[in-house]
Amino acid sequence: MKKIFSLFFACALLTTATAQVQRGNMLIKNGTVLTITKGNLENTDVLVKDGKISQIGKNLVAPAGYQTVDATGMHVMPGIIDAHSHIALTAINEATQPNTAQVWTGDAVDPFDVSIYRALAGGCTTSHAMHGSANAIGGQCETIKHRYGTTDPEVLKMEGAPRTIKFALGENPTRVHGEGNGIVPRSRMGVEFVIREAFSEAKEYIAAWDTYNAAKNQKGFRGTPPAYDLKKETIADILKGNIIIHCHSYRADEIYMLLRVCKDFGIKKLVFQHVNEGFKVAPELAEYGAMASVFADWWAYKFEVYYSTAYNAAILTKNGVTTSINSDSEELIRHLYHEAAKTQKYGGLSDEEALALITINPAKQLGIEARVGSLEVGKEADIAIFKGHPLSSYAVPMVTVVDGVVRFDREKDADDQRIYVDPKAVVDNATFHNYSHNHDNCLEGAELNMVKLFGLN
Amino acid sequence: MKKINYLISLLLVCVVFATQAQSPKGKTGTFALTNATIQTVTKGVIQNGTVVISNGKIEAVGANVTVPQGAEVIDCKGQWIYPGMIDAGTRLGLVEVSAVPRTVDYSEVGDIVPQMKALTAVNPNSALIPVTRVSGVTTVVASPDGGLIPGTAALINLHGYTPDQMYAGFEGVVINFPSTGRRGFFDRRSDEDIKKANEKAIGKINEAWDKAIQYHKIDSATKGKGVGYYPELAALMPVVRGEQMLMIEVEASKDIQAALKWIKEKKVKKVVLCGVQEGWRVADEIAKAGIPVITGPVQAVPSREYDRYDRAYSNPGLMKKAGVTVAIRTSNAENVRNLPYHAAYAAAYGMGKEEALKAVTIVPAQILGVADKLGSIEAGKSATLFICDGDPFETKTNIIQVFIDGWQIPMVSRHTQLYDEFLKRDPGVSKTQK
Repeated sequence: MKKIFSLFFACALLTTATAQVQRGNMLIKNGTVLTITKGNLENTDVLVKDGKISQIGKNLVAPAGYQTVDATGMHVMPGIIDAHSHIALTAINEATQPNTAQVWTGDAVDPFDVSIYRALAGGCTTSHAMHGSANAIGGQCETIKHRYGTTDPEVLKMEGAPRTIKFALGENPTRVHGEGNGIVPRSRMGVEFVIREAFSEAKEYIAAWDTYNAAKNQKGFRGTPPAYDLKKETIADILKGNIIIHCHSYRADEIYMLLRVCKDFGIKKLVFQHVNEGFKVAPELAEYGAMASVFADWWAYKFEVYYSTAYNAAILTKNGVTTSINSDSEELIRHLYHEAAKTQKYGGLSDEEALALITINPAKQLGIEARVGSLEVGKEADIAIFKGHPLSSYAVPMVTVVDGVVRFDREKDADDQRIYVDPKAVVDNATFHNYSHNHDNCLEGAELNMVKLFGLN
Repeated sequence: MKKINYLISLLLVCVVFATQAQSPKGKTGTFALTNATIQTVTKGVIQNGTVVISNGKIEAVGANVTVPQGAEVIDCKGQWIYPGMIDAGTRLGLVEVSAVPRTVDYSEVGDIVPQMKALTAVNPNSALIPVTRVSGVTTVVASPDGGLIPGTAALINLHGYTPDQMYAGFEGVVINFPSTGRRGFFDRRSDEDIKKANEKAIGKINEAWDKAIQYHKIDSATKGKGVGYYPELAALMPVVRGEQMLMIEVEASKDIQAALKWIKEKKVKKVVLCGVQEGWRVADEIAKAGIPVITGPVQAVPSREYDRYDRAYSNPGLMKKAGVTVAIRTSNAENVRNLPYHAAYAAAYGMGKEEALKAVTIVPAQILGVADKLGSIEAGKSATLFICDGDPFETKTNIIQVFIDGWQIPMVSRHTQLYDEFLKRDPGVSKTQK
């Protein structure tokens, strides 16, 4: 059994190694450069070599063969990062058990999803392709770069990005499993138990392997190794600090619960997702060093977000919590700059604070802040160019660059951006997203359970 | 057991809602808003102007207006005055928490139920209402949804303790025009099934319409006697008579064309197309038919995978350019407050700021037949307006004061109250240390 896994692993490594990522050379001329970490620079050029920023300054000259983009009168900012998305996935929820740490959205990456292009058209270059919120412990997630045009799922994956995993508290796991399947968790008490149980069993698993490994080379050893368990391996990696938890959460009590559980097990890498009532426990979040990824203004679509406020991001930020604005939506991912701008209305954040919410802060939450999230020499050339200031409601993204390659150009691109047309797809039927279906992304794939639950048809 | 659980949760929800106090009280009287830049919408921009509010109305507006004695003066130096924004397509007041079915009142049982009146079910104490109005959206159409003819929508002002106090002078019957499109990722019907369902639905609507015409004829002949109790026909009668507006919800281009043909065939007199996400494909035809549209949401994904990424943004502008009368709506409930941003996106993607502003003020007022009261800053109109410190389409702009029907609205909502309580939470991490 173990051999098969090793073989799998070797295959996976091989594919990663052969994934051909395109990296470009270019000069972006004469823009207002919003570096995020080092202030704003007027009439400034950005030189990109082999997919990385090699120089930022005035009157730079492009070496021969470099593409030039004229950004005169435009704003140049780092590519937007979405810490919570489900685009580019063919499956979202493995809604069969309260704990599915063994699965991984990286196995369901869809490079043909036109939503990737539409995200680029909103200046968004990186997203966190997350497992859904049906399970208390969901699957592992994949951080992707929007290298739209590739047909290889491996190329979409952000090579070397830290591992992450989805957790979920509150109504969704209790509805799907407690109400839907009659198993724990049916309540927020059960959610805590499911997580503590998984952590405790993984601790035993680590200890069993440690004991075995310590003994196996001793002379005369006759024991057998513990049974390999991918689920426990994954949870063990959380305990060892190798995986960042991204936890779907809404109410203050459940957020506080997970803080306590993580404290008990010595887990430091913790990001709360949605976290609509994070503002109620902002001092506790700040003290723990937990981060928060929130909606700009979504509320009241379900009961656990009825007592929330659009001032959430501002309160969290002002309390010292590293905060990002996410989309969880193929629609919102196209205008995260506008979502971030709403924090100026709700709480009066500065331009710098507001832009950090969609650049360097989500980069920190995904553990990729050394590579993306600001415009600095040496960082990867993921860049969004806007007509107008990105925090203006009238801003229009014009050009989006990933690894120094133009992946979106408003002036040049054709209307139809599909790179694969499903021959079985309906040709002339449109899909309309009505009001009542806006907020179900996190439960996509769990719909059968919902049918069972509510008798819907 | 499951039923008991439901009952308990229902009870809990009721208790929680009942204990939600209405925001602090509004105040009415005579107000003079002085030194303001006034965006009248219909008569240009007035610099250093004054708006006098009295008896719920705009008594005077202009640069040389005398402040009446006893008026409460509000100095608006450096600030703007705009007419209250109108969202002509929402669920506001009809739903509190969309995932809690007991709080959803926009949908009834039955395909043809025009007699179901949204105004009856509007909850004046909904927490969503203050959240909306402090953003300058003062007036909305609360619209039912569900079957083919789900009910009668109503225009309401977002201030008042009863639906009658909120009623703003318009009601219209809604039709969900049978769609050849899909309803979402979960809709997995075959083409054939969709076509069949479509024909059946049109048949049902035609049957109701023809019966309503007969009903109207009998009603006219008998001068209102001897018709019998047919509530759905009674509700449709003012529409077939051309006294009340028919609001046709329609999105896909083919369906829009079918709707235009249907309107012509049935000789519908007062009618507006709502939604109209693919209006840009058939904009010339809509313009030629002379039918206005209430379109939105603007911040939406294109309806087809092969469509340009910004089609939903550019749709209002493309229709406007073709000569269509265009109002913009959110089609939302808890975030109707985002109406100005939907308008801003339309503005940036081809409509222009001036037309986009009209699309959320005077144009919906004209479409709904209430332009004598709402939609612009003019003497004699209802004092439904707001003061702000910049362009209301920008998120940096603060809405400073809202007036609805001459009432000075408290600028608080659940969202501001939670901000005030939790920005500097006390006690912080430790309960004993300060």
